[in-house]
Amino acid sequence: MTPRSADTPPREPPPASAFPSPASEAREDPAAFFARRPEHSPDAPLSIHDMTIAYHRRPVLWDIDYDAPKGKLVGILGPNGAGKSTLIKGALGLVPRASGRVLVFGKPYEKMRREVGYVPQRESVDWDFPVSALDVVAMGRYAHIGWLRPVSRAHKERAMACLERVGMADYASRQISQLSGGQQQRVFLARALAQDASLYLMDEPFASVDAATERAIVGVLRELREQGRTCLVVHHDLHTAPEYFDEVLLLNMRIVAHGPTRETLTEDNLRRTYGGRLTLLSEAGEALARRAPANPPPPTSAARRDQDAP
Amino acid sequence: MTAGGHFVRALTFQGGHNTAVATLGLALLGVAAGVVGVYALLRKRSLLSDALAHAGLPGVAVAFLLALAIGAGARSMVALLIGAAAFGALAAASVQLLARVPRWKEDGAIAATLGVYFALGVVLLSFIQTLPTAEQSGLHTFIFGQAAAMSAADAWRIAGACALVAVVALAAQKEMRLVCFDPAFARAIGWSAGAIDALMLALIVLVSVLGMQSVGALLIVALLIIPAASARCWTDRAGVMLLVAASIGAASGWIGGALSASLPAMPTGPVVVCVAAACFIVSIVLAPRRGALAHALRRRRTNAAVARDHLYRAIYELEERTPTRAQPIPIEHLSAMRAWSPRHARRILNRAVRRGDAQRINGACALTDQGRAHAARLVRNHRLWEMYLITHADLAPGHVDRVADEVEHVLDQELVARLEAQLARDGLPTDTPQSPHHIQTPTTPSSPTSRSSPTYPT
Repeated sequence: MTPRSADTPPREPPPASAFPSPASEAREDPAAFFARRPEHSPDAPLSIHDMTIAYHRRPVLWDIDYDAPKGKLVGILGPNGAGKSTLIKGALGLVPRASGRVLVFGKPYEKMRREVGYVPQRESVDWDFPVSALDVVAMGRYAHIGWLRPVSRAHKERAMACLERVGMADYASRQISQLSGGQQQRVFLARALAQDASLYLMDEPFASVDAATERAIVGVLRELREQGRTCLVVHHDLHTAPEYFDEVLLLNMRIVAHGPTRETLTEDNLRRTYGGRLTLLSEAGEALARRAPANPPPPTSAARRDQDAP
Repeated sequence: MTAGGHFVRALTFQGGHNTAVATLGLALLGVAAGVVGVYALLRKRSLLSDALAHAGLPGVAVAFLLALAIGAGARSMVALLIGAAAFGALAAASVQLLARVPRWKEDGAIAATLGVYFALGVVLLSFIQTLPTAEQSGLHTFIFGQAAAMSAADAWRIAGACALVAVVALAAQKEMRLVCFDPAFARAIGWSAGAIDALMLALIVLVSVLGMQSVGALLIVALLIIPAASARCWTDRAGVMLLVAASIGAASGWIGGALSASLPAMPTGPVVVCVAAACFIVSIVLAPRRGALAHALRRRRTNAAVARDHLYRAIYELEERTPTRAQPIPIEHLSAMRAWSPRHARRILNRAVRRGDAQRINGACALTDQGRAHAARLVRNHRLWEMYLITHADLAPGHVDRVADEVEHVLDQELVARLEAQLARDGLPTDTPQSPHHIQTPTTPSSPTSRSSPTYPT
């Protein structure tokens, strides 16, 4: 795949008759949809079409149009506030989409949930919760177990095997607040493994973890790739991206570029991703959200640092 | 009979039929409240539960008025429950709506809702009191609760609800636990977190209505939350927490009920809540791992261990300086080196002497063989760690001592082995190395020039 760039300004609003409205598009039969949009493949593990997400009228993601490649490790990179986490949450339906549609292996996401594994950010939960590491990993089996049924021995054994894969078998009965941050992150990864999915969406699994955890996560990611599974990983470290990922998706409120890592991580693309957020798009966003302050926030220090990095 | 005698008779269900029914009913209510409270607490919905319980008051008042208007049995439990549930849902919706007002947080929305609904409830109840019907008798106790008003039928209803709550809480344990821990993940696997939340809120409303007559709308939330919070002190397992909370709730209802029945003019709700609070205080003080006492003991032990390690290292490093390594170290040198008061130094030393690691020789001290072996290991760990920090963390030799100090007490065998392996790979000595920085002692001048510091590759 050759790297694609998308630095065209946001599309002019099309005449009402030219395209179906988002609502009717969302109901459209997938087969008809793919016939109409040949640039998208029904085989893609994840197909996102024209997804726009807004928090309180302030758009955070614009016109995301993306097909994830099968059996690849994809890093999602971008400055703070670029909408990396929102991309994943929007795909999973955890935040409302203003428009757009998400297909998993060519079918509506709602029918394919069991094919999708999710690793949320570690900070998203309160770890002082009265459960053990094994209990948390077993939550990855809940969709397979079904409602109102207890966790059977077989499911517990599978959860245990997943803990082993991340090197945490010795901590299975530990209460989760007694684990280090890296160990907690590995428990979350093990829970996603227990989901036994074909597509994994991971939100910052490498954020502030120790070296042992980083190695364990990389090992698991490569195992998943060997098994033909696809992983989309929100990542914050440009230095390790070429080593870890086959492809990258550069994001800054919209897709700046995506494709094989080496060809896509060019100086030009990085400058357009990290070089400040005063783009035409964010200006348009400001105009929409008239209550918001007049100027967008300056690039964060992290963004500037990353910008200097390559 | 003395009040004590009354209390014991009430406690053993011998204080007459009415008292026995009320005490048993309160104990069962405590079980249901304890179980439901665990989920309210874990979902961080304590304040919302309070709002729902308060909203139950206008709910039962409106239900009473409606039932009276259509001529049905106005005290019908089912009608009161439906009314309370409807107002609970209304209150929950009010909170959601108010929280959306710009610049208003959920916290404020809940507090406002709680107050307004309660006020409405009191107004309606006062109005009902003026009605020329006999049916309203007892409704006025819904604010503070009065268990004496409880009939055998009421107790049966509570028992039934208690069984229902237990069945639901056990059957849907996995679902409610997941939603309490990680609602986003629940939604990601396609479960309606909203539906499970609604189920938990429904259980809260059920318990509030059941408890309104005996414990009162004002205080029922305390019976929900306090047993759960106490149980959390005793266990790290959600399943065990349910059992412990149910037991504490039952004990509070039982003992509180017996107390209020045996003392003249004691309102039930406040007494039950006071008993629950006593259980809570015992829990937060005495619980084995999370209790305040255990916490204080742990800290004391750690402090003592750290002070001991410092003492051994100080003596060892002072002994290194004496030519024969056998000369006793004056105690004032110790206190000068570690900035301890002479009294504190003597106290730490006495503890080491009691452990057989050190001995006192007049005004001086020395390590025993056992103590020296321990000290040698400590000094080695400390210096290995210092070298690691200098070579790998880019710290200046003058700065590593403090950092190494903080870490060395928690170094375990595995970490030390990895440290050794790393330093060996770097070609550094891994027996007890010389200190990489100048050690200031009372017997050496304070300038580092008197001693050449070893240099390490960086």
